Amino acid sequence: MILVWPVIIPLAAATLLLLLRKWDGLVRWGSVAFAVALLFAGVVLLDTVLRDGPVAAQLGGWAAPFGITLVADLLSAAMVLITGIVAVAVTIYGLTEIDRTEGWHGHHALVHALLAGVCGAFLTGDIFNLYVWFEVMLIASFGLLVVGGTKKQADGAVKYVGLNLIATLAFLSGVGLLYGIAGTLNMADLGLRLEGRQEETAVLVSAVLLLFAFGAKAAMFPVFFWLPASYHTPSVTTSALFSALLTKVGVYALIRVFTLIYDLDVPLIQSILLYGAILTMVVGVLGAAAQNHFRRILSFHIISQIGYMVLGLALATPAAMLGAIFYLFHHIIVKANLFLIAGAARRMTGSEELKLTGGLYAARPLLAVLFLIPAFSLAGIPPLSGFWAKFLIVDAGLQLRDWLSVIAALGVGLLTIYSMSKIWLEVFWKPHPDGPDAVMGKVPLPMLLPIIALAILTLVIGLAAGIFVDAALVATEQILNPEAYIEAVLGAN
Amino acid sequence: METVLAMLTGLLVAAGAYLMLSGNLVRYILGLALLSNAANLVIFGAGRLTKANPPLIPEGMKEPLEGAANALPQALILTAIVIGFGLFCFALALAYRAYYALGTARMDSMRIAEPREDS
Repeated sequence: MILVWPVIIPLAAATLLLLLRKWDGLVRWGSVAFAVALLFAGVVLLDTVLRDGPVAAQLGGWAAPFGITLVADLLSAAMVLITGIVAVAVTIYGLTEIDRTEGWHGHHALVHALLAGVCGAFLTGDIFNLYVWFEVMLIASFGLLVVGGTKKQADGAVKYVGLNLIATLAFLSGVGLLYGIAGTLNMADLGLRLEGRQEETAVLVSAVLLLFAFGAKAAMFPVFFWLPASYHTPSVTTSALFSALLTKVGVYALIRVFTLIYDLDVPLIQSILLYGAILTMVVGVLGAAAQNHFRRILSFHIISQIGYMVLGLALATPAAMLGAIFYLFHHIIVKANLFLIAGAARRMTGSEELKLTGGLYAARPLLAVLFLIPAFSLAGIPPLSGFWAKFLIVDAGLQLRDWLSVIAALGVGLLTIYSMSKIWLEVFWKPHPDGPDAVMGKVPLPMLLPIIALAILTLVIGLAAGIFVDAALVATEQILNPEAYIEAVLGAN
Repeated sequence: METVLAMLTGLLVAAGAYLMLSGNLVRYILGLALLSNAANLVIFGAGRLTKANPPLIPEGMKEPLEGAANALPQALILTAIVIGFGLFCFALALAYRAYYALGTARMDSMRIAEPREDS
């Protein structure tokens, strides 16, 4: 029953925090406590999976493939753990950032509802349940996006809601077709039943529908427009949570579905993924170069980094898949941290528009150093985590002699440095346009702590990369040879 | 029957796409509603349309009679309808709120979150 906790804890948290929201202080600290509990559940789950291999649970006593299955292999378990880490970081950060009104409007409850959706999506073994968890995540994110009620948020939310709902409908149609083809919704069972039927038209149509849906959730080119329209509008706590988890659930779903259910070596699917990934990387990084707003630059960089992960999946060799999985983990930590720093910088300088900020290096050198760690990591400078992530992907591309991907991956890395140095020069290095006294206040401890913790984690992943690569290697083997996963779900026959 | 259903689905998608491309937020959301009904019909059609007995288990037996209908697609559609209804309500409330806050329902004029560079 160890598998149930990462879903039950945030669901219980969401209910309780909503009921108790009259007591603001209690709810804030309650939110942190539940996040810590989720992190703990993640640690226990990862420990179990590392020891015993993939584990599964059939809810309600109905045997698979008829009942509802929860299943965790190493990838799922690690994703749950990292969700817990991000949850703790953003809830602590929210202690100072989220005001009483936003709390009253349900911010804390919605955060945990979102976490329930995310963990559910990572752990479910049933494609229709994956759809349901996506919806839980989606409706919670709708709520979080508009808590605060500014004009900007209303505008951003319209685009976010409008475009995500199309993806949802494509997902639902794809699931319906899959059921029509195979007569089952259990993902392990689907994998077995579609063996040798991958080239059938109906299978391809459902694959493309799911590819469209997950591609849109992951913010791939050309269906990423909801992301830069909305991610800079809500509170920093919310956008850090979104940037860390939402698109990555899309990438996770792509990895899961296109290794377990569909074969990647169908040329149609592989070429869409490959060229989609390259265009995502390039368009995202060029979009970032054109922006002059701290969080909007970071938003476009999410898109470009998603391209690297999908590229790893599209290249489809074990080495590339390893790169994609390592990238997934590194990126969640780094990106969440950069958004948190953007929030701290706004608090100090009074703006996120680059030309209205400045002087932070002189006034707050610690924050400047803490920015450099994730920024250099994002750009891929050794020995930080981003270097290893990019190295693994580029190395896989070189092994395949896929020069286009290699050139794109390296070029996008260079342009990332350009964007990061732009932020550095404008926000930290140049003097503040209103004089040095314009930098106000100190970074409050609840904001500083998560930033420091995530920066240390980035350093650890970079310096002890061997351990993490080894773990990612095991996860890759489980992904590419899903026999153990299928056996855990369906039993040994 | 499948042909009729397929044509109806196609018609709903076409009408939905037409409404969504009109550039007005209210029409866009109505188009989404049509599209979500089309998706439900896709599940319905994919679950096979057959004449069959209701999937009820007679008293004293452990499983339904031969030739009982498959209830699963309907269960999926019911779930999807409930979820779709919730999302539709949220989208309508958001559209009202956005119209109130931004003073327009034309999506091309909604540029507060992403202002033009020259303005």
